[in-house]
Order: sequence, then structure tokens, then C-alpha cells
Amino acid sequence: MLLINCPYCGERDQSEFSYGGRIRNYPALDSSASIETWHRAIHLHDSSQTPIGEYWHHECGCEQWIEINRDVDSHEMTPVSGSDALPGRGQS
Amino acid sequence: MKYSVFSLLGKAVTGQQKWPKIIQPQQLKPAYDIVIAGAGGHGLATAHYLATNHGINDVLVLDSGWIGGGNTARNTTIVRSDYLLNASFALKNFALQLWDGLSQELNFNLMYSPRGYFDLAHSDGELEHFLLRANAMRLGGANAEILTQKEIRKRLPGINLTQNTRYPVSGALFQPEGGVVRHDAVAWGFARSASSAGIHILQNCPLTGIKIENEKIAAVSTPHGRVDTGRLLLSAAGATSKLATLAGVSLPMEMINVQAFVSEPVKPILHAVVNYNAGLSYISQTDKGELVMGGASDGYISTARRGSFATIEDTLARAIQMFPFISHLRLMRHWSGTADIPMDGNALVGNTPIENLFINCGWGYAGFKATPAVGWAMAELLASGVLPDLLKPFSLNRFETGALIDDAGVGPYPWLH
Repeated sequence: MLLINCPYCGERDQSEFSYGGRIRNYPALDSSASIETWHRAIHLHDSSQTPIGEYWHHECGCEQWIEINRDVDSHEMTPVSGSDALPGRGQS
Repeated sequence: MKYSVFSLLGKAVTGQQKWPKIIQPQQLKPAYDIVIAGAGGHGLATAHYLATNHGINDVLVLDSGWIGGGNTARNTTIVRSDYLLNASFALKNFALQLWDGLSQELNFNLMYSPRGYFDLAHSDGELEHFLLRANAMRLGGANAEILTQKEIRKRLPGINLTQNTRYPVSGALFQPEGGVVRHDAVAWGFARSASSAGIHILQNCPLTGIKIENEKIAAVSTPHGRVDTGRLLLSAAGATSKLATLAGVSLPMEMINVQAFVSEPVKPILHAVVNYNAGLSYISQTDKGELVMGGASDGYISTARRGSFATIEDTLARAIQMFPFISHLRLMRHWSGTADIPMDGNALVGNTPIENLFINCGWGYAGFKATPAVGWAMAELLASGVLPDLLKPFSLNRFETGALIDDAGVGPYPWLH
């Protein structure tokens, strides 16, 4: 069970959150980026790298999206922050 | 040696003590035609079919752990082929046909038990979708039936069909050939066959480097030294992504934790495999009497091989909705495995941008049931260099071309598949 330190509510049980996935940098939505660039942005990442940045949605709490750095081997989390960016899609 | 009633009686004279080792200890050679990284069901099945279908035995299979220590022996042993999309169905149904004769072929009892697979529907809409799936299966040559509540009650005593539950059961899709196969026997059966054909299998020997010359595979490094090879297959489930980065190849998938558990053993109560679809919870009973249960993934990226308690609670709550008697049982064991799930939830098999580097990964929940079919087709690819039709839809470049095989219709969110 993960304990996630919400910057607005404090340490809370993971079951209060839904997952938004890996933080990805998408190209601008103005058709300037190539299909290849979009393919890389949506599908690919460096699998050997941990910790990863990810989005969680405090669905059963403050309802804010937050950003976390988490080691996917040990689940150790480094400081979290509120997120202004909208993730690709949360679990609904 | 061939296992038979005579060998059993013969060894009885010496108190069943002097059986030969299942795999022969081998000295690592400096070069092999083919190296397979990952001695799980898929890697060993590939080795077995390379030897039996193509007569190739200059093969090294290496594994960072031990045989039967990875996902092959961490799944819930279920085999079935109730898939809607042609590509998924064709591969799993071919596997189901192979499972049927495999114990004889390997001379190793895999305990394939086609006890029937029930996929429960919880609404009329869902049942209608199951009808579509059953019709697709029948068109593909498999057996499938749609069962009403009354028929389910007759075949599955003990199931809760009352209408006052949160997700009442409205019907089921039934595949009679679906069932279970003893999973560690699968790994050892293939290993024994490959080893007796002269293929080298090295445990506790991780792949630590991939040497590429002129954009072609030249050699691999291991703690026991460099091994030259012309062809390399990465078949290491959750570890394949990391191995591929050694060759500079990035794979479109994420690692996710999946949990499974067994209850204390009880008398025979459940003679089939049953899957609860509102959420996910699947259950069968072993020959020892334990109930084996599994559920959905933990829902976030993880390579920790340990999961959240919330997932255990959730899976068991659903199992109890199906079979209320389960609430009286205690859990005896629990474990996790790292599932590798691509962005469309389906496998990644075939060629890579690097010549003679092949991959077989991304099987997520669906890898075990496909084991012999994938080994069969992968051996064909390694031997001939031509991608078999069965594997074409699962190629790595489908993410660039957009020809995704999204069974669940979820999109590039592996943890939701």
C-alpha cells in the first residue's frame, strides 16, 4: 500500500487516489509536430530510469491533481507538488 | 531418459533416489547460433520448437534467476481462447490446441485439465457483447456457449445467483476447452526437452550487455564471459524493456504489478475456472484443494513485485460475491509478478530496428496461455528469418503505423488494460 503525501491534505492512503500515469511532455497542439514526434511522446520512454514522475488524482480527498516522483522498485517518494498541468487522462 | 511406468518401477529398486537431472549441467561455449534471454515458458518453448521443428540445437537459453522463478510460475495457470479480435484469438486458440497434446509430446505431465471456463456477465448489455465474442470464437473454429442463469446454476453449484448483490450475474460465456495447466511443469517440461536435444540452459546468469556491430547483433556479455551469437531473442517478460535498452531500443510498454493468492486446501468444491467481470476476479481449485485467485493489476507502474493490500481486498470481495463460502477460508500464500503491458494492452513480438535482434514480450496477463503457440511461431521466425502470419499483427512498428490491437479499447494507458 502506498502512502501518498498530498501537498494539500497530508499523508493519505493510496486508495483515496486514482492514477494518472507517467508525466509525458507532449508537443504543441498546432500540427507542427511530426507523427514520429507524437509517437515518441505518447508511446516511448526510458525504461531503465527510476524514479519516474507521475500524476495522481486525489479523487476521494481534495480532488486536486498532484505530481509525484516515485522509485518504481522501492516505492520511495520524493517531495510532491500540486500540478497545474492536466494529465493525458485520469482513471474515471 | 523417457518417463514411463517402467522407468518408475525401475527406479523403485533404488528407492526413487537415482533419477537423472532434468536439465544437464553445461559448460558455456564461446559462441552460439542463437541466444535466448529469459528461461521462462516462452523462452524454453522457443528452444524446444527450435530443436523439434527446425533441428537447431546450437542455442543458449540464459536467465538471471531460476527456472520457474518468474512469471511462468506466478500466474494463475488458466488457459483459454475467448478473445474477440482475430489476432488475439488465433494465437491463443492455436496454443489451446497445442496444450492438448503437449504432455505426450514432452513426455512430461503438464496436468492440462480442460475443465471449462466460465466468464460471468453482469448485465444484459455485457451478455450481448459476450454473444458477439462467442460467435467470433465459433467462426474461428472454437467451441463457445452462452449460458443462462439456470444453466449456470446446474453446472456451478455454490455460485451466488441472487439478484440482491451489487453486480448480479445475468449469464455467462462458457468455453469447454478452457482450463488449467500446471505452470511450473510447463517450464520444466520444455526445459527438459530442450536440454535433451543439446540446447544449453544457464540459470543465475543475467544478460549484462549486447554488442552490436554494423547494426547487427554480434555478441552478448554475461558474468561468465562474452558469447558470440548471430541471433538474439529477448524473452524476459517484465525485464525485457531494460534488456532492450542495452541495445538502445525503447519499447512502448510499462511494468505493472499483478497479485495472486491461494486459500487453505478444502475438499473439491469448484470443478471449473470462473471469472467475475465486474472488476476482475478469477478463481479455480487446484488438485491439492487450494482455491487459486487473481485479480486486476495494482493499477500503477511498478517493478517492486509487491503490491497493495487494497487490491487483495478488492479481488477477494469480488470472489466472495461469486462464491460466498470463500469468506470462511483463510489465505495461505500470496505473491506478485511484474507484468509488462504495452500501450495497447497486447503483446510485442517479432523484429526490432536492429538486425537479428528479436523480442517477445508485453504479454501482461495473457502470456501463460499463449506459451506453446508463441514458442512455435518464434522458433519459426528465428530459424527462417520470416515473420509468421500468426505474429505479424503483434509487431513493434504497429505503434508508429497506428495498427493497434486494443482488445479493451482503452488507449495508451497500460495500467488500465
